[in-house]
Amino acid sequence: MKHVVSIEDLDNKRIMGLLKRAKQLVPVAEGKKKSKALDGKILANCFFEPSTRTRLSFESAIQRLGGTCIGFADSSATSHLKGETLQDAIRMVAGYSDVIVLRHPHEGSAKLASEVSEVPVINGGDGAGQHPTQTLLDLFTIKEEIGKLEGLNVGMLGDLRYGRTVHSLSQALDRFRTKFYFISPKSLRMPTHVTDELQNDWSTHENLDKILGKLDVLYVTRIQKERFPDIEDYKKVAGAYRINAEILQKAKSKMRILHPLPRVDEISTEIDETEHAAYFRQAFNGVPVRMALLEQLMGKKK
Amino acid sequence: MSVNLLRVQPIRNGTVIDHIKPGRGRKILEVLSLSGSGTTISLLMNVPSKKQNRKDIIKVEDRELSEHETEKLALLSPSARINIIRNYAVAEKKKIEIPKVISGTVHCPNDNCISNNERGSSTHFKLLEHKILRIQCIYCGRKIDEDKIEFI
Repeated sequence: MKHVVSIEDLDNKRIMGLLKRAKQLVPVAEGKKKSKALDGKILANCFFEPSTRTRLSFESAIQRLGGTCIGFADSSATSHLKGETLQDAIRMVAGYSDVIVLRHPHEGSAKLASEVSEVPVINGGDGAGQHPTQTLLDLFTIKEEIGKLEGLNVGMLGDLRYGRTVHSLSQALDRFRTKFYFISPKSLRMPTHVTDELQNDWSTHENLDKILGKLDVLYVTRIQKERFPDIEDYKKVAGAYRINAEILQKAKSKMRILHPLPRVDEISTEIDETEHAAYFRQAFNGVPVRMALLEQLMGKKK
Repeated sequence: MSVNLLRVQPIRNGTVIDHIKPGRGRKILEVLSLSGSGTTISLLMNVPSKKQNRKDIIKVEDRELSEHETEKLALLSPSARINIIRNYAVAEKKKIEIPKVISGTVHCPNDNCISNNERGSSTHFKLLEHKILRIQCIYCGRKIDEDKIEFI
């Protein structure tokens, strides 16, 4: 049985296969075409912490493929509070469903769940750990927006220290000869445990200005207030990394901006209507990518 | 028998842990809780050795090491050798090896790791490098170097 715990569980061939299938599934994700590929299949969403986007896109994905969905949206309504272990909860849910999507505040919980589950477990985010379907949809978005994954100049901007999406995405993009530009305040730099593993060129920057013109993709993440003990420091930093129309004059016309959302004000709304803004399409892409994965895990073998 | 070994009398039955990395003997006593086991223990430190210049030796009377203890010993001093003594003679010589997966002996330093938050769960670490010891939690992925290893 195939669990999807980490992006490292998927080799390049499988990733490319999923991205190709996701593209074919776009009309189904949009509701323009009907599919019964997963008729009768049940997906269980086990969300021990809330994540609206991940949960709703999985619900949409399974239903667009003719399947149904059970589950809970946060742990307050479960026996977790009565002291039930994750392993017991997973064994129980595995008996009620054909695939489990797990969101959990502790790192490694999806791996632990996969050890006891009778059905495939998909990691929907475990603490500061992995979130492989987010990485897949990021890769899909880059491929669709730029036309390829190989050999791109990718900038990552914002909170690179705590942002798990940029860690996993760097790991994944490193397989495709990516040149990385990490742009962040000093205190929020990309951790060495990520950069040490990179095979390709990477560089760190405090300013976007000088390198913006080189980029094919700019991946923006939110800088969180909680990371700064002093609110004035936060305001200074957040202000310095805000993207607006004026800054983007230096960018290539085909440069695309991605953002895992929700954004606060790191990307000015005046960008939304420009060609550069790919983040809403990126959010939609979560549906076809998750459909492709569900089909691969539960569909009939062709 | 060499003069060095005669500094402490030979034991009749038990275990001699030989070729311990010099300076590690005390840590091994502590981690394996040998001193609390009620049997007679001798620790020799900085004994001259042909193989590795200096070494520590531990002699434990009337007791053999369990699998978990051997695994901990391997992590603390992979160069160590275990000799089982029966009736003053070496009955068995054992080389020790760090297993590819280290289970139930090391604590994950990541407080937010599921292995520290789930009742009844065990810890499992993958051996990444054995020369300069480096292991990785199979759950949260945290990598730990030799000097940061905490035993359960």
